[in-house]
Amino acid sequence: MTITRRHFLKAASAGGAAATVALATPAPAEARTNKLMPPKALGLLFDATLCIGCKACVAACKQANGMPQEVSTPERLWDTPLDISGKTLNVIKVYQHGTNAEKDRETNGFAFVKKSCLHCVDPSCVSACPVSAMTKDPETGIVSYDKDACIGCRYCVAACPFGVPRFQYDTATPQIQKCQLCKHRMPEGKFAACAEVCPTGATLYGPVEALKAEAKRRLAMKEGDEAVFARGDIRTPYAPHVRPAAKYLQRIYGETEIGGTQMLLLSGVAFAKLGYPDLPAQSYASRSETVQSTLYGGMVAPLVALGGLIWAVRRTTKNGEAGE
Amino acid sequence: MKAQPIGGRVVTPVTLLLGLLVAIALYLLGKRFLLGLGAVTNINDGFPWGLWIAWDVVIGTALACGGYAMALLVYVANKGHYHPLVRPALLASVFGYSLGGLSVIFDLGRWWNAWHIFAPAYIQWGSVMVEVALCIAAYVVVLWIEFLPTLFERLGMTDARAKLDKALFVIIALGILLPTMHQSSLGSLLVVFGYQIHPLWQSNQLLPLLFLISAIGMGFSVVVFEACLSSVGFQRPLEVPILERLAGILVWLLVAFLVLRFLDLAVRGAVGAMFASGALSFWFWLETVLFALPVVLLFKPQARARRQALFLAATAMLLAGALYRINAFLIGYETGPGWHYFPALSEVLVTVGIVALEILAYIVFVRKLPVLPRAH
Repeated sequence: MTITRRHFLKAASAGGAAATVALATPAPAEARTNKLMPPKALGLLFDATLCIGCKACVAACKQANGMPQEVSTPERLWDTPLDISGKTLNVIKVYQHGTNAEKDRETNGFAFVKKSCLHCVDPSCVSACPVSAMTKDPETGIVSYDKDACIGCRYCVAACPFGVPRFQYDTATPQIQKCQLCKHRMPEGKFAACAEVCPTGATLYGPVEALKAEAKRRLAMKEGDEAVFARGDIRTPYAPHVRPAAKYLQRIYGETEIGGTQMLLLSGVAFAKLGYPDLPAQSYASRSETVQSTLYGGMVAPLVALGGLIWAVRRTTKNGEAGE
Repeated sequence: MKAQPIGGRVVTPVTLLLGLLVAIALYLLGKRFLLGLGAVTNINDGFPWGLWIAWDVVIGTALACGGYAMALLVYVANKGHYHPLVRPALLASVFGYSLGGLSVIFDLGRWWNAWHIFAPAYIQWGSVMVEVALCIAAYVVVLWIEFLPTLFERLGMTDARAKLDKALFVIIALGILLPTMHQSSLGSLLVVFGYQIHPLWQSNQLLPLLFLISAIGMGFSVVVFEACLSSVGFQRPLEVPILERLAGILVWLLVAFLVLRFLDLAVRGAVGAMFASGALSFWFWLETVLFALPVVLLFKPQARARRQALFLAATAMLLAGALYRINAFLIGYETGPGWHYFPALSEVLVTVGIVALEILAYIVFVRKLPVLPRAH
């Protein structure tokens, strides 16, 4: 007997092809939806219109987390990180356009923006991590890293839509580095160092619900009216910062993006210009896990396929030696 | 048709050169383990996965799908008519997968923790990588068991051979299921990357299927490719009638791939992106032309008997599958402005060394073990 297309197709419709069929046209499975905000979620509210670019938060973050200096100028006099990295968890970046005449304006203006972990409600890094080294606290929602579990595969680095987890390429014992919202300072009754030192309240710490309410209050302000801005922890704030309200874009970044984030941002300049891309409301973690659970949910499809394959191979090899 | 060792000298200029390439790779790997990944590779936080993942693992295992593709054909779709090509295909798969699996270790920053991926206390079942890792590891074991009859035969262990034969159908079934699972999952790895994969390559629904079909196509092509090279390298006749039929299957597999690929692009509204994506459009069309080339070359049944057409078509398919993976994992991956990646020479030399080790082991095995069919 010779194989022809007809034979091949005929055989393909037989039990053995159950493998391909079971995997290609899976039984309808429950799609995994976005995960929900943890009840006591903690986070940050970054208001770009309040940020003056002093970088006190960058220095405080280094100190609080014991991170090394990163020099980028020829004089090598100061810690001057250009971006977050294996040595830096938080930076302030600047947006510039044209004459840089006015703050928080897109044309001929400038703006400052914070870059650090957004502590996603449904994080891609946690979904990607094969060994539970990236975890999301069920209470506070803080996304943490455990170097003792990590295998250093960098799937989290590749998966994060904000490019947050960073890897150390210059050591034989590398770790992933990312902001963990200063959770190690909580037992001492302290909160995120970046918010603690922020002189203008541009970075404000607290429960996400309270921060969201505060963000909505700011969006309702009238440009130029005198306004009061809390500083530090929104629950126990320092003396407020009083100044005229800026012109806000009517958008809270992080409210819906890939299922929401626990760091929220306000700005006068389009977020895409500040390095925060426009993202869909459905989390990438849920998309990926829906594909996986559709194919492998309860291992039903693989087991059915294996049964079909064993039957087909048995039938083929019954009269001859399989290993020949 | 019985297989037999082809004999001949093991130490030749070719094997010495291969050995030298392996030694260079070992030196560079020593450097990598002492000084970190940055000392040897150009990977960075914008491209944390480079050549060692895209080539050594993703393309390497697809190139090692010969054993899978042949098993699919011989044991599922037909009644054992491709036996002469099963053993050489299996042998290439044994080495391809073993070294693909091993080379993952080189890329792991915290390699001493690698066992965590097999430990239930650590496993995070939502991760696509767990599925890939478990399946590839299991398949490496399955491949070696599938190859055992050849060893038993050489060592005259007829009892062991007979016992293994009785249970081999389960192993063969697993040897078909496992690659089906992880070759599709290698595509699913990209789903969580979301917008970072260009619309020409990102697809939530069809990534697994497209990766699977192209891996099977690469499996068949590698069998044709190796048969052509073996026939020249070891001065043996070409198994034309068998290759002819493989070519026929490859044509229809590729037609299915291209139809699905373009339907998917159309449904996702990425038709405009085919033309309006600058350099990415070029890479997309190069990939597509390479996928279409075997169809054009082998569409007429008469063409499938010609060595040249077979070799060209197989080469085009292997390049197409490889480029599809490079495009999806590296060229079409964009994590933000300012990041660039091109593999360092030392990075490439490690990959070359791994390939050299595969070829070296293949040569030694076919000379010493009954792998290739007896020449007519």
